[in-house]
Amino acid sequence: METILAIAIGVLAASGTWLVLRPRTFQVVIGLSLLSYAVNLFIFSTGGLRTGAAPVLAPGEAGTLAGYADPVPQALVLTAIVIGFATTALFLVVLLAARGFTGTDHVDGREKGS
Amino acid sequence: MPDALLLLVALPYLGAAIAGLLPTHARNAAALLAGGVAVAGLILVFLAYPTIEAGGIIRWQAEWLPSLGLDVELRMDGLAWLFAGMITGIGSLVVLYARYYMSGEDPVPRFFAFLLAFMGAMLGMVLSGNLLQLVFFWEITSIVSFLLIGYRHQSAAARDGARMALTVTAAGGLSLLAGILVLGHIAGGYGLDLVLDRGDVIRADPLYLVALVLILIGALTKSAQFPFHFWLPHAMAAPTPVSAYLHSATLVKAGVFLLARLWPALAGTDAWFWIVGTAGMATLLLGAYVAIFQHDLKGLLAYSTISHLGLITLLLGLNSELALVAAIFHIINHATFKASLFMAAGIIDHEAGTRDMRRLSGLNRLMPFTARLAMVAAAAMAGVPLLNGFLSKEMFFAEALWAPAPHPLIFDLMPFAAVVASAFSVAYSLRFIHAVFFGPDPEGLPRTPHEPAAWMRAPVEVLVLICIMVGILPAATVGPYLATAVQAVLGTDTPEYSLAVWHGLNWPLAMSAAALGLGVALYALLQRHLAGIDGAPVLRLLDGRRLFERAMVFLAWRVARLLERLLGTRRLQSQLRLVLGAAVLAAVGAVLVRGLGPGNLGHSAIDPVLALVWLIGGACAVGAAMHAKFHRLAALLSLGGAGLAVCVTFVWFSAPDLALTQLLVEVVTTVLLLLGLRWLPKRFETAGSAASAPVTRTRRAIDLGIALAVGCTVAGLAFAVMTRTPPELLAQDFLARAYTEGGGTNAVNVILVDFRGFDTLGEITVLGIVALTVFALLRRFRPATESIEVPEQQREQSAYDTLQPDRKDGDTAADWLLIPGLISRLLFPVVCLIALFLLLRGHDLPGGGFAAGLAAAVALILQYMIGGIRWFEDRVTIRPLRWIGVGLLLATATGLGAWAFGRPFLTSYFNYLEVPVFGAIPTPSALVFDLGVFALVVGATALMLVALAHQSVRAHRALPRDAGAGPAPPSPLAGGE
Repeated sequence: METILAIAIGVLAASGTWLVLRPRTFQVVIGLSLLSYAVNLFIFSTGGLRTGAAPVLAPGEAGTLAGYADPVPQALVLTAIVIGFATTALFLVVLLAARGFTGTDHVDGREKGS
Repeated sequence: MPDALLLLVALPYLGAAIAGLLPTHARNAAALLAGGVAVAGLILVFLAYPTIEAGGIIRWQAEWLPSLGLDVELRMDGLAWLFAGMITGIGSLVVLYARYYMSGEDPVPRFFAFLLAFMGAMLGMVLSGNLLQLVFFWEITSIVSFLLIGYRHQSAAARDGARMALTVTAAGGLSLLAGILVLGHIAGGYGLDLVLDRGDVIRADPLYLVALVLILIGALTKSAQFPFHFWLPHAMAAPTPVSAYLHSATLVKAGVFLLARLWPALAGTDAWFWIVGTAGMATLLLGAYVAIFQHDLKGLLAYSTISHLGLITLLLGLNSELALVAAIFHIINHATFKASLFMAAGIIDHEAGTRDMRRLSGLNRLMPFTARLAMVAAAAMAGVPLLNGFLSKEMFFAEALWAPAPHPLIFDLMPFAAVVASAFSVAYSLRFIHAVFFGPDPEGLPRTPHEPAAWMRAPVEVLVLICIMVGILPAATVGPYLATAVQAVLGTDTPEYSLAVWHGLNWPLAMSAAALGLGVALYALLQRHLAGIDGAPVLRLLDGRRLFERAMVFLAWRVARLLERLLGTRRLQSQLRLVLGAAVLAAVGAVLVRGLGPGNLGHSAIDPVLALVWLIGGACAVGAAMHAKFHRLAALLSLGGAGLAVCVTFVWFSAPDLALTQLLVEVVTTVLLLLGLRWLPKRFETAGSAASAPVTRTRRAIDLGIALAVGCTVAGLAFAVMTRTPPELLAQDFLARAYTEGGGTNAVNVILVDFRGFDTLGEITVLGIVALTVFALLRRFRPATESIEVPEQQREQSAYDTLQPDRKDGDTAADWLLIPGLISRLLFPVVCLIALFLLLRGHDLPGGGFAAGLAAAVALILQYMIGGIRWFEDRVTIRPLRWIGVGLLLATATGLGAWAFGRPFLTSYFNYLEVPVFGAIPTPSALVFDLGVFALVVGATALMLVALAHQSVRAHRALPRDAGAGPAPPSPLAGGE
């Protein structure tokens, strides 16, 4: 399973990187979303891959890592997902404003050579 | 008493803040305030004297970063007391003087605000009990002196002088910081007591020289020592009260204060002697020599200041305890006579309209009082007997003769150099007196000189009185204060010294006589020629200012331009290529250097289902990458596909909370981007376009290479991490305490709202800020001209609707959406209930404020999409900004609530509440916090989506190419708030 997830993260990161390097703003926004998937999965995976061990304790119990998955990366990723949405929104609006303002959707705000 | 120290440092800043708020021309109010603060400071200082005199040290301490051993510490011993006395005492006089000097037309409160801030910075510096804190206040003195020197910012000279002073002293300050860091490293701490106590260890350390040189650069730049002296004359562009304050008792004395302060820790080595002594000697001679040839009164005083600071520095550099006594004594004496001379020069300038000694003449008859005062002060500067300057100069001569020097040649030369420097100082003092006050009546002055207002002269009178008193009765006046200051540096075994006017016929007396005679002769010789000489002969070529300006132009213009041309780019893509390339290289480099063996965990078996999920997910990611340029909708759908694969992975590997949140975020992100696509003009693929050009192909190949490299590196890294035992210290702790202390079974949620609640508070704040930013950007949004028009489908539907007599505009869309609309309306309460459910169960089961907030936002946006903006807003009013505000307040208030019970911020409280019918319900205070998170997420998400959606019903102006074509029409959303 580790191999699958590693390849998945790699594919997401590669696609995201490719898009981030493109000249059109929309490509960059999509690319950043893909990159954030890759990063979230990566952080999540640092806790180790466990099946059937959701960190939901039985009442009254002091949990241990033997019985439950690591909750720390999960907590980190959870807020990262929400913040990721917010930044996507911000990028999108900046993109739209820049398109209206500069008349182009090139990331530099002007077409190459102009 | 310790609290009085804090008051002493804080009072000037408080005064500065108040003065800054006064009306622009409130000259009297500001002067009263500043004077009150300065006098109060002086009283506080004198109240502290009994303790200090008894050898006590007053301390005030507060913890700042206890984990790093950093405290805020104020510490007053004899030396600090002496300086605090000079700063507040001369400060009070300067305030009185400035009240009459400054014109009512200037923004005087601003002046006093700066002056008080400067006083506070100086007091903070001399009273610092911690070296880093000392550097901090040191930098504040640099910055505030910049503001003071540049007070008349209309004048280019003031601006240039201020900038030069700041550049030189702040650069020295940086060097000082580095030196103090090294010193603290050697001594094992930054506490002043500790450092002073470990002098022997410090001097024996191999890093001693590094620390010494760095600290000395700081001290010598501040005290305008050669070769950094050139900034001081240009600082004379400041108003005269500023010069009187900065260049007598405060700013330039900071450097010699530091030398004296660290004397026990750093002095006593040959390196100290050579660096400090040479700089002091060079400055002493050079300053005195150049001063003779100045025509401007303040210029003369400026170079004289440089010279006298050189004298003090030289004395400190001699490694002799008696020389240290002389240095501290001269610091006091110089402060008194130089402040009075600056003030006298200011009075002359004020009343005569010029400070040029070639134009001034015979003022003795026109302003006899001022003339007498200035003459006495100038005589003190020259070292005439029965005045204070004479006493410290005698001590200097004695030290020049008898102090132990590391090289015999120095022995032989020093007395001669001392006499020559003194003769110069006699010559320039004489010129000051003779050129201004004697000779024929002045002609063609801008104003007719007369005596100034009595109060303006009062500070000069006080200072001159001190010069005379100290000069005649040294032991009875200044003796005890000097003794306490010296004891603070040298400890109890201070050397024998005698403060007396008459020590019998001895060598120092002979040297004094020789210096006086030589000086008078020199002036007599030069007198007729001085007016015709522009600048000091020989040294004119060594113009520090020109060198400085050339260096500045070189650094700030040529080098900067060159670097920008070589390394800079305004293209985002090139920058990103560099960043990503560097990241890959760093990762690969680390692996190459440190090696990367196989992990210690075995692989788990591959499940074909998840493999299939990622086959699809990966294909979606690649598809999105390929189509994002021309087929945006397809790319968006692919992105969603990849997101769903991520979501499935979370479910698979025991992260239900993440999966839930990811799913909901996918929905809102997709909706958001879809709304955005409406405003992005279409891009059509044209055959044979630039894509086939070789340059483009090469660039794409490089990008593909970078992308693949990043992918492979990240994949490898992820694999390496996953096959190693994960770090578990933190997790173990959280899991064990989640229920027993946090009161919730869902460990992830307990971490978010309880253990790391402060982080979450920060995160939701960011979310709120982003939402507001999006909202603000959209309020003035001007879309691309191509997309202002109503979309094609809508146009066609409208045309059809308007043609039919029995239809209204918008009916077609309503028809199409009849069934989805019905379903979504029925679902609205259900989705809201689900959101509530997720919120309430969050502490124990997957859910929580984030997921619930997103779910609620989805419920809202669904209504917007199906029913239309107008339909929904006619029926429901949502106020996202209020949701955001309430959420943030709730979360913060929960945190603050803990204070009411004497607990740290965000400590959570947990209890079971007996509710009829439902039974015992867990009611942790964290639930309220989560409620805040929920409200904020609902508000933020709804605000962003709704603001974007509203663009469709706004009337957009076309072509605002020349920006500012009038305000945008008000958004209905904004209007509601």
